[in-house]
Amino acid sequence: MKIAVCVKQVLSREATIRVNDQGTWVRDADAQFEINEPDQYALEEALRLKEQHGGEVIAVSAGPARVTQVLREALARGADRAIHVGDDALVEGDAFVVAAALAEAIRPEGVDLILTGLQSDDQGFGQVGVVMAERLGMPHATIIMDVSLADGQVRVKRELEGGWFQWVTLPLPTLLTIQSGINQLRYATLKGIMAAKKKEIRAVRAEGRASEQRIARLYVPEKSKQTRVLEGSAAEIAKELVQALREARVI
Amino acid sequence: MILVIAEHGRGEVNRATWEVVAAAQQTGEPVKVVVVGHDCRGVASELATASVDEVLLVEDAALATYTADGYTAAIAAVVQAEAATLVLVAHTYQARDFVPKLAARLDRPLVADCVGLRRQDNAWRFVRPMFQAKLAADVLVDGPAPHFVSLQLGSFRADQVQRGASAVPVRPVAVSIDSAAIRQRPEEPFKEAKQAVDLTQADCIVSIGRGIKGPEHVVLAQQLADALSAELAASRPICDAGWLPMDRQIGSSGQTVAPKLYLALGISGAIQHVVGMKGSRMIVAINKDPEAPIFELADYAIAADLFDVVPAIIAELNSQS
Ligand SMILES: Cc1cc2nc3c(=O)[nH]c(=O)nc-3n(C[C@H](O)[C@H](O)[C@H](O)COP(=O)(O)OP(=O)(O)OC[C@H]3O[C@@H](n4cnc5c(N)ncnc54)[C@H](O)[C@@H]3O)c2cc1C
Ligand SMILES: Nc1ncnc2c1ncn2[C@@H]1O[C@H](COP(=O)(O)O)[C@@H](O)[C@H]1O
Repeated sequence: MKIAVCVKQVLSREATIRVNDQGTWVRDADAQFEINEPDQYALEEALRLKEQHGGEVIAVSAGPARVTQVLREALARGADRAIHVGDDALVEGDAFVVAAALAEAIRPEGVDLILTGLQSDDQGFGQVGVVMAERLGMPHATIIMDVSLADGQVRVKRELEGGWFQWVTLPLPTLLTIQSGINQLRYATLKGIMAAKKKEIRAVRAEGRASEQRIARLYVPEKSKQTRVLEGSAAEIAKELVQALREARVI
Repeated sequence: MILVIAEHGRGEVNRATWEVVAAAQQTGEPVKVVVVGHDCRGVASELATASVDEVLLVEDAALATYTADGYTAAIAAVVQAEAATLVLVAHTYQARDFVPKLAARLDRPLVADCVGLRRQDNAWRFVRPMFQAKLAADVLVDGPAPHFVSLQLGSFRADQVQRGASAVPVRPVAVSIDSAAIRQRPEEPFKEAKQAVDLTQADCIVSIGRGIKGPEHVVLAQQLADALSAELAASRPICDAGWLPMDRQIGSSGQTVAPKLYLALGISGAIQHVVGMKGSRMIVAINKDPEAPIFELADYAIAADLFDVVPAIIAELNSQS
């Protein structure tokens, strides 16, 4: 079982987000980054499948040199090797640009399974995995909460809206987009971190596709609702709130 | 011409599809709606009550249950034949599953999860949230039509759909679907058996998000809930981590609630959470980030550390009772 897992480096959840002077992207020159949340679950799922069925896990990330940091982390958690698809333009590229870059890097590997997260925290296209599957001629299933492999097929549990689910069976090779919460994450051990130093991160160049989507303006959304802001000491806020709740007869 | 892809289930038009029809009508362009499935003439007739140009009906036994492969093949043929400028669809889980594939098959861009669209300087401008709704982006698209656009649920109003004086024509469109080429084999949808709590009946809900920091602090939120006679609920990451059971999750993949009071503690306000609670009569948000998106829909905003404010609120409630 040869599995590729796509991990995106995104701004850390704790980071304060500020739009750049051109109003087209965020200021991220000295920001903190981390692995996109659902991609962490995708990586964990890949590692579990390898533990059950044997094989190899290849972590793949597209972006500038800084994204090798998330590849190191994936290697420390147990991925066998990594591919870095290098190109600065990928950070702001549209979903098709990123999907093309990742797909062409993964294609020669001849993998059985590709796992991605269902959505990135920054761009939030929710597209890269599905588009990659179409490019590679693979079937796919999205928002996956369970994966089991048997007889060259994969049976997955798709999350639907409002607490509904559905099992779907697909032939291999296939691509799955993984939902957060599918498993319990493991964290890198010191041993893992040491071992990662010896593992390979192969650099490949991105296939140069031009974005067809452009951000004309990036901004903080305007509030449309009348909001009362409660300020002061904790005790003052509490007093004002409780009074408001009583007046509104919600308590 | 704008082509709307309808979604339906159990013989009914998905409410979000009506929102998209309304959005398409508001552009002033000619609108067509395409319905894909099997034995779904009733759905097409219902959509034909809207004031649109026509409803296209694609029926085939291979399309009886939704599959990404089947829908992509069927709709790709229709989009190519109809020469639409925009193809609009609601950003549902089903759309997430096949529309990127459809767009990739035709090699035309998909602007996903939009909350607005308008024409400016002879080009479409799409508004979509980015960075977990902390920012919004105006997006322009280059290249030839059609452009695919998915609309976030609730960003247009279904009750603004214009109805026609009489039903518009329903035109059957023949497509050939090779059922052997459909690689997904879906089973019947199901619900996880144990849904112990029904939060939809609660008058007051105290809901916790990742700002609660650790499972050891859940008790603080429980004390507040007790003081308010409220039910305790949570955002998805809290349930994923097992700090609260899954049946207390609010949002697109959890429960949808509309209590008198929804008190959000350390919840950022991601759309998938918001769709589950925005109907609440009064929303109070406590978040230490003054720019957290949850404040956009809060009636009362408290930009502070929940660990300072919550004990004070509990004390205030208990002192008065
Ligand atoms: C297909 C799909 C379905 C999903 N379904 C759901 C769903 O049903 N329900 C759901 O909730 N999510 C769902 N999500 C996830 C959703 O996108 C968000 O990731 C999630 O809602 C974020 O949860 P949160 O607000 O608790 O965490 P975060 O976004 O991490 O926010 C934590 C907040 O706490 C604040 N904070 C931190 N410390 C403090 C403090 N001491 N005092 C006060 N505030 C503090 C921070 O400022 C921050 O705003 C879904 C996502 C996808 C893609
Ligand atoms: N630059 C990238 N490098 C690696 N994986 C990516 C990249 N962009 C997107 N992905 C993968 O595609 C998924 C969906 O991303 P998106 O389409 O941007 O919402 C993510 O969860 C990742 O698994």
